[in-house]
Amino acid sequence: MTIEASAIKLGDDINTDYIISGKYKFKSNDMEAMAVHAMEDVDAHYYEKAKPAGAFLVAGSNFGMGSSREQAPLVLIHSNTKAVLAKSFARIFYRNAINTGLPVVECDTDLIDDGDELSLDLAAGVLRNVTKGVTIPFPPLPPVMAQLLADGGLVEHFKKHGGFALD
Amino acid sequence: MGPIAGKTIAEKIFSAHSGTDAHAGDIVVADVDFVMGQDGTSPLAIKALERMGVEKVFDPKKVAVVMDHSSPSPIEGVSALHTIMREFGKRTGAKVYDVGCGVCHQLIPENGHVVPGDLMVGCDSHTCTYGALNVFSTGVGSTDGAAAMASGKLWFKVPETMKVTYTGDLQPGVFSKDLVLYLAGQIGADGATYKALEIGGPVIDALSVDARMTISNMAIEVGAKAGLMAADAKTVAWFEGRGERTPAPVAADADAEYCCELTYDATAIGPQVAKPHSVDNVSLIECVAGTPIQQGFLGTCTNGRLEDLGIAAGILKGRKVHPDVRFIVAPASKQILLDAIAAGYIQTLVEAGAALVTPGCGPCVGTHNGVPSDGENVISTANRNFKGRMGNSNAFVYLGSPATVAASVITGVITDPRPYLEGGAR
Repeated sequence: MTIEASAIKLGDDINTDYIISGKYKFKSNDMEAMAVHAMEDVDAHYYEKAKPAGAFLVAGSNFGMGSSREQAPLVLIHSNTKAVLAKSFARIFYRNAINTGLPVVECDTDLIDDGDELSLDLAAGVLRNVTKGVTIPFPPLPPVMAQLLADGGLVEHFKKHGGFALD
Repeated sequence: MGPIAGKTIAEKIFSAHSGTDAHAGDIVVADVDFVMGQDGTSPLAIKALERMGVEKVFDPKKVAVVMDHSSPSPIEGVSALHTIMREFGKRTGAKVYDVGCGVCHQLIPENGHVVPGDLMVGCDSHTCTYGALNVFSTGVGSTDGAAAMASGKLWFKVPETMKVTYTGDLQPGVFSKDLVLYLAGQIGADGATYKALEIGGPVIDALSVDARMTISNMAIEVGAKAGLMAADAKTVAWFEGRGERTPAPVAADADAEYCCELTYDATAIGPQVAKPHSVDNVSLIECVAGTPIQQGFLGTCTNGRLEDLGIAAGILKGRKVHPDVRFIVAPASKQILLDAIAAGYIQTLVEAGAALVTPGCGPCVGTHNGVPSDGENVISTANRNFKGRMGNSNAFVYLGSPATVAASVITGVITDPRPYLEGGAR
């Protein structure tokens, strides 16, 4: 499946407090309501830009640093973020994204500018910057994570196998 | 090929918990000794368990949920989430730490739920705190937490280990908080991403267990998966009377393989302050001294322990908080509050002008108990100073040791604590 959307470009060290502030995330389990506040401390218009047609969130290094809040990938999903592309990811966010079904791609994001049109085929391992006419290589997911994603995330993996069944 | 190298603490703990000969880079499914969640993460974990169709936890004695981040509840939305947690406890038998018990990272070790040599996960990034107690503990998200609560297992990539050694002598007015802020300044917010830290050396050996926990607590602030320390007699003594389980300390082999070894001379490290809006934006206190503050905060899983309250009380004894400053104090647990009352620290702090709030996370994460106003500066003993962290994106948070916070609330500006110490000694 190919995903096509435009890029919203942000910087390095985007932490989970920026993705969704603690003052919102402790209030409820309603991700749809929380999503309007996604990224608001770094891009006040993130939600309105991403929600209507979907977007790729493109960042620098260490994306998702900070807390373990799973609300972070969830509000990105609910703000219609199709995938996060970054030079590197913080560990807990990366796991949480896979577990909740948000695609994460580690690649050279210097090849992408704000507003560029991108197309991503995760299964085929192909990322294209359509605006610039370049293909951006990226490494495949670690096999364990690919297996979890193939099952539809960790919850579905457990439902299917009754526990961990990883090769 | 030479002989096979020995193992790090992380490799040994993962080997013992997965029944494999685990080395850095291996993927293992390991047994966990304990699983914890707090009020910002447990409700999602409970929801994930429901979606998995799981009605029981793997062992009710090995699961706890803690109301600490937003506790007592400030609004009805939080009250509803707390209700979900209490009902989960009744339904599954999992331990519930309700309003007023304290911060999860104090309660889990304080009540003997973990012992040296354990592997545990918590749905909170500062779960790495118990590394100081020789526990491989790491933060996970709610769905990983739910999987661990259901099965008693989780998959891990065995991390490489970065060895950090502090040599020399800690100087008067310099504390473990300064040592870890210094590390963050040196290696940056992603300096140890995906890696375990093994932190040691004569300076660490000389620290109390309380002070060591401050350092391991902030391992995540350099991206680390764990902030491990060896167990010594102090560690083992700390667990006396805290539960029925026997500590089984794990030491690294002398020929263990590290991805990188860093050594810092503590003699040359002075008080440090992390400036807004990132934890690795660290400078010497001399560079920020004189910055006006409107709020001081003493507490959290980083610095809300008895020794921290004692350091602040020592500085504030016979002195007053500046009239233009609010000084908020949140002991990390009910037990610490009781011990601090017995030691006279609470009397001293409150007489000096402190506002004491419920044991728990206090205003650290911006949910309650002291949200700063627009344009205000806060000096805090917490572990994070991200923009908006304390609930207002237009406020500025500086991080320092309990001594630095105590000296600063007296003067109303960020202040070097050294002239305020009794006899100059720590």
